[in-house]
Amino acid sequence: MAKFMINRRAFITSATVGGSGLILSGCDVFDNLSNPDNGLRNFFEGANSLTYHAQRLLGGGYTMAQEFTEADIRQPQRPNGVTAPDDSVYKGLLSSDFADWRLDVTGLVEKPLSLTRDQLRAMPARTQITRHDCVEGWSCIAKWTGTPLSLVLDEAKVKPQARYVVFHCLDSIERSLSGDVKYYGSIDLVDAYHPQTILAYGLNDKPLPVENGAPLRVRVERQLGYKMPKYVHQIELVESFGEMGLGKGGYWEDRGYDWFGGI
Amino acid sequence: MDAMAEPEKPVHFASQTVIYRQFAWTRLTHWIWAISLFFLLLTGLQIFNAHPALYIGDQSGFGFDNDVLKIGAENTEAGPRGYTTLFGAKFDTSGVLGMSGPEAQPRYVAFPAWATIPSHHDLATGRVIHFFFAWLLVGTLLAWLVASVINGHFRELVPTASDIKQLPRDIADHARLKFHHTGRYNTLQKLTYAVVLFIFFPLMILTGLAMAPGGDALLPFLPELLGGRQTARTIHFLVMALLVAFFVAHIVMILAAGPINELRSIITGWYRADPPDLPANEPKVPASEPELPTDQADTGRSA
Repeated sequence: MAKFMINRRAFITSATVGGSGLILSGCDVFDNLSNPDNGLRNFFEGANSLTYHAQRLLGGGYTMAQEFTEADIRQPQRPNGVTAPDDSVYKGLLSSDFADWRLDVTGLVEKPLSLTRDQLRAMPARTQITRHDCVEGWSCIAKWTGTPLSLVLDEAKVKPQARYVVFHCLDSIERSLSGDVKYYGSIDLVDAYHPQTILAYGLNDKPLPVENGAPLRVRVERQLGYKMPKYVHQIELVESFGEMGLGKGGYWEDRGYDWFGGI
Repeated sequence: MDAMAEPEKPVHFASQTVIYRQFAWTRLTHWIWAISLFFLLLTGLQIFNAHPALYIGDQSGFGFDNDVLKIGAENTEAGPRGYTTLFGAKFDTSGVLGMSGPEAQPRYVAFPAWATIPSHHDLATGRVIHFFFAWLLVGTLLAWLVASVINGHFRELVPTASDIKQLPRDIADHARLKFHHTGRYNTLQKLTYAVVLFIFFPLMILTGLAMAPGGDALLPFLPELLGGRQTARTIHFLVMALLVAFFVAHIVMILAAGPINELRSIITGWYRADPPDLPANEPKVPASEPELPTDQADTGRSA
């Protein structure tokens, strides 16, 4: 019994000393969790999959994001990320007010599309006043007008093996020696066909400004802002996004952010 | 380590009553929560640093004023300084909040490197770790709730009429650091644990869910009930501060009541109570048995 007590007491003492040492030495001992290849980090990342499946299981495709009233629009929509693309292709399109811009729908579809802005505007539109939640923590309420993505997908006839919708953008968010890194992102088909998922060309009753993603940005109202790419010019239906970018399904996902942004 | 080499004196249990104080489920979940809360706090501060301001309402006022707390840095005549604004009152918090680190190379962040995981700016990793431990806390809280209802631990925590009657005396005892080592929780313990477990933890989970756009779509009444997503974020931060205060009080009480004995009971389950001749040393009461008469706990001897 006495021997057992020694071990136990020694354990308690060392645990206490070790624990307080951990706190005193600062928290850089966990800095290796920033490494995308860290095994423990990859284990922790599994929680995002749990969140994704839990939300889909409980809410499926049909829960709606809260919609607000005109009175709730109290400020301009706060822009974030790239607000003035420096890419020559984009600047060329902007100079002619996007007359030559096209939205291409490609990949796993029966009928690839190439839509002008007028063609998109001629389709039935949806207007919604919603709260934009940034991953940083802030929120901003604005009125968005656009074409439901489901209508575009129906017209293109999505093939049964398609599982994700990838949005390709015109803005380079990063410039490196190996070339410019264009913004891109992806969502599943549940969110793609969700009634509030629109290809927005209007903001607060005006044409979408450049800083907010002109001529076209995505609204995925049940996810965070980084899941709603701006300056979109191509929608690609894919079975997997593993071969794209760094393989995580989006620009920010490739840099460590969770693929599912519903949390 | 010194403690290992030091020969221990044998413990004489003859004069002591050692009782089985904590169930395995209670001990296991206690330590899982301790680890989870440690990571949740430090990754939470990392997440807060991405936008170090708190607001009231649905949205963050950029074109209007609805912030209650703001941490930042600014250039002054005396050079760059860190500041914290609380309800409009501005404080210089250089060194800790807004500006910290070595003087030659200060970092302009809300919470300093030693208070965040990772220590450098990394919102993505902070979120990954935060949500893992959030799930772990929620899962083990549910397991604990089920186990505690079954094994009777739950009933131990519910304050009774006699507990309330003893409250003034219990407060006086705590103030004089006079502790009764018994098989039961005293009134302040019950109240504190009940507040943490049944108010703070659920509030943390609900305000966390209300910050998730997917959570709001699932439970639309939640942000409205809490006063909007940004208010929920403010409450989340406030309850964090209250949990830190609880942690400090918890540690102080353990140190004052005898850290070895207290730690042993939450690790092994066994607890050395006051000598057996005193009625305060009643063993743990199973859920099925009636409550002890109130005068018994009253006559307990101080530590």
